Amino acid sequence: MDGYIIGTIIKAVLILAIISALAGFGTYIERKVLAFMQRRLGPMHVGPYGLLQLVADGIKLFTKEDFIPSGANRLIFMIAPMITAATAFIALAAVPMLPEFTLFGVTVRPIVADINIGILFVLGMMAAGLYGPLLAGMAQDNKWGLLGAARTAIQFLSYEVVTGLSILAPIMIVGSLSLIDFNNYQSGGIGDWLIWKQPLAFILFLIAGFAETNRTPFDLLEHEAEVVSGYATEYSGMRWGMFFIGEYTNMITIGFLASLVFLGGFNSWGFLPGGIAIILKVSFFFFLMLWVRASWPHIRPDQLMWLCWKVLMPLAVINVTLTGLVMMF
Amino acid sequence: MSLEQFKNRNVGTQNYRMLDLEPTPETGWGRFKRVAKRAVKLELFTGLKVTFREMIKALFGGEMHTVKYPFEKLPISPRYRAIHEMKRLLESGHYRCIGCGLCEKICISDCIRMDTRYDENQRKEVSEYTINFGRCIFCGYCAEVCPELAIVHGGRYETASEQRASYALFEDMLTPLDKLAEQKEYPGFGWISPDADEKIKKTPLAY
Repeated sequence: MDGYIIGTIIKAVLILAIISALAGFGTYIERKVLAFMQRRLGPMHVGPYGLLQLVADGIKLFTKEDFIPSGANRLIFMIAPMITAATAFIALAAVPMLPEFTLFGVTVRPIVADINIGILFVLGMMAAGLYGPLLAGMAQDNKWGLLGAARTAIQFLSYEVVTGLSILAPIMIVGSLSLIDFNNYQSGGIGDWLIWKQPLAFILFLIAGFAETNRTPFDLLEHEAEVVSGYATEYSGMRWGMFFIGEYTNMITIGFLASLVFLGGFNSWGFLPGGIAIILKVSFFFFLMLWVRASWPHIRPDQLMWLCWKVLMPLAVINVTLTGLVMMF
Repeated sequence: MSLEQFKNRNVGTQNYRMLDLEPTPETGWGRFKRVAKRAVKLELFTGLKVTFREMIKALFGGEMHTVKYPFEKLPISPRYRAIHEMKRLLESGHYRCIGCGLCEKICISDCIRMDTRYDENQRKEVSEYTINFGRCIFCGYCAEVCPELAIVHGGRYETASEQRASYALFEDMLTPLDKLAEQKEYPGFGWISPDADEKIKKTPLAY
């Protein structure tokens, strides 16, 4: 039992360290990929190929003044970024990152908590992340922040419906909520991937995932051209940085979820071992988010709502119904 | 970027294509049909294709557009009027300035000051010559009026300085003696045009 607790603590610390480092590295990758797609070079001067840019950014964020506006609700203003970052990392607790491996004679399962409602926990935790931007925007006594908070509420609440409904059909097929069961269901090679049985659910989940992680074309929460920086307008320094660590962690989580539920998870893929396969899949989803950001324009809030309630939600309901009918007969 | 590309100012003669836009549907059924058609035609993937193609071209096709400015510079037009240069005579290496003072007279922002004296050969010699680049508006009158093509506008356009008045002395602008071979006579500002001979009409005697 002691070993279990210590192992869990080590895993939690490792995930926190690695994923927050990856989130920081993600900003570098994002700037590089966006630059390449616009035929620029991106960060080049700090370190080789600008690799140390994230160190420079980190130093800048840590040493900046932690500014709190005079009209703001101090307590809520201070804890709101922590909600975003914390929920993003807590959501990762139920995500199996890699296949089991043996280290020094100990079998390690790279998941902090294999709970039987894994996918509900992850989605619920990401949904709770809504309170970060919402409280931040309402606490900061700034009209742009307030608009950002209002947009957070409508966008996240609406798209949770689509995420939940779209992922319901795979859950019905697999018959379990644990992500490890999802992975094991697809262990028979590429033909077993759930994307072939549920292509519509995959597309819906991906679209809703973009909205849930606040990525272009749905990044209305902090759309610079309209609401300055949305909920993050008055934030500076590391509090601002925590919002972004949370956002990038959510991107990684959505990448893991999509790979685990639809793309065969960490099963070995041809000659590729499972660990490398899932890292490739998550990297692809991360790249896809940057690719889409470089390609597509933002949409208006009314278009966002139109898309959610008039297109995606009915499609998700139809998909669930059809899946149920097919399974019944 | 080559100089030819840089000097191409013919905006509007490139290959523009008009978008083949359909009229906006009026009815709800028309709007629904348009949404369905756009969703099925996967038009969004065209955008993804374009950005990916540009990335491949930039990374592997050598079409990166970034100019690392302080380390590499775009060519500027030969007619650009930047910091002045004082030219030397190619044969003797003596400076061309004859100390006539026309540039000082014509300078509309009063930024040129010069002092002259007679040297031992009773030739006029420039003893002091300064241009205050804090005042200079780079109008080019000095280069235009100079009878000896001694003062011309060069291409050095980085003129930021720590204080408002930044003086340049005659020696600073003069072509260094060891660089004399590289002194370029370019058809730039203050230079007579290459076809000057054809343009000049002789005054007829019987006038």
